[in-house]
Amino acid sequence: MSHPDRSDPGLLNKLLDKIRRYDGPPLTIMEVCGTHTVSIARMGLSALLPKGVSLLSGPGCPVCVTPVDIFDEAIYLAREKDVIIATYGDAMRVPGSETSLLEVKAGGGEVYPVYSTTDALDLSQKNKNREVVFIGLGFETTSPTVAHALITAKNLGVNNFSVLSAHKVLLPAMEALLLDPEVKIDAFLCPGHASMVLGWRCYEELAEKYGTPSVVAGFEPHEILLAINMLLAQAKEGAVRVENAYPKAVSEEGNTSALNLLERVFKKVDSKWRGLGMLPGSGYELSDEFADYDARRRFLSGVKFDSSEPAGCSCADVLRGVIAPAQCPLFAKRCTPKDPVGACMVSSEGACGAHYRYREV
Amino acid sequence: MCVAVPGKIVAIDESLMATVDFGGSSRDVSVSLLNSPAVGDYVIVHAGFALHKVDPKEAEQTIELMASILNEPSRPE
Ligand code: SF4
Repeated sequence: MSHPDRSDPGLLNKLLDKIRRYDGPPLTIMEVCGTHTVSIARMGLSALLPKGVSLLSGPGCPVCVTPVDIFDEAIYLAREKDVIIATYGDAMRVPGSETSLLEVKAGGGEVYPVYSTTDALDLSQKNKNREVVFIGLGFETTSPTVAHALITAKNLGVNNFSVLSAHKVLLPAMEALLLDPEVKIDAFLCPGHASMVLGWRCYEELAEKYGTPSVVAGFEPHEILLAINMLLAQAKEGAVRVENAYPKAVSEEGNTSALNLLERVFKKVDSKWRGLGMLPGSGYELSDEFADYDARRRFLSGVKFDSSEPAGCSCADVLRGVIAPAQCPLFAKRCTPKDPVGACMVSSEGACGAHYRYREV
Repeated sequence: MCVAVPGKIVAIDESLMATVDFGGSSRDVSVSLLNSPAVGDYVIVHAGFALHKVDPKEAEQTIELMASILNEPSRPE
């Protein structure tokens, strides 16, 4: 397969040059996806942008946007309900109100990191006399994989597997940010992989309603620079369009099989986000067809956490792009990736984690 | 973490689990979210599932986009 040579510094320089010659109106671009945040921090791109153009990190890191409640629920399940917890590695390190899943594991709790929902389902098959609960986190990139696992479990008659769903719907969060008077966003650099499922047209409604140019970007440096160039070209023309700078991976209509699975397995509910609070229709809960596989309905009836963010942590402002990570008083002092205070420092793709790793010291 | 590099399907079993080669290292990946996956397809994988089959024609479009952005006449100095 031919592709522009990724390591070609000539190409990167040309794309960067073009950006630096931008002379249109000021533009604040939010990159929604955590992997974009990492790539941008690694390139040191923010320091290279022309005057008037700036980049903000948005709420695209799955563990970062998951509120403390979910971690408290998972910790409660592991401690009180004698279940095996399976989850993505990052989620184990996020502090709950009192402790983390990692500490629960160190204390003898059964918490296992898994790479995929297939592994979590396998775990339930290897432990047939135990209950296995998978903590489902993330956007439309991971929710279809959970939907697939649930359908498989149902087809196989598995009865010791369930999901604690903390899945998020991407678009309501983007809209909430556009409506937030504290946040100023002129354009979106849209996430590559969520768009792979959703299709690039999904951003058109927001673009039209709020006049926000949006370009879907890939993850390689040249792909991000291409997308930024396309946003700047729109700004200069005064245009508002949704464009796809990642045609290799993103189609117009997205992955329809994945979207159909989402439709069947989940229903949209109001959902609490770290930083953004309660947003209507922004979360996925299991549909009634899958009620037997819903860990919340099975193990948590009557149990409700309404936990607050760790004291002193400014994740809520970081996630909305109101402050940069380094503006948090705890950044790189009390809060580091080794001993994180907030979720944004735990994940390598959290804004704080990414800025910590690539900061100038 | 999103992995940008497409892998190549080298084998698929009847439960739609595939072996996908990423330039020398291979991984077990479910291809059940794709329409008619086949050995030889390049796919983009996320959390153990292939979510997109790369069409070489679509991949070429990136090159065209690059060219159109870069060849645009630059503003008069
Ligand atoms: S640096 Fe740490 S405490 Fe501050 S906002 Fe980031 S995660 Fe929270």
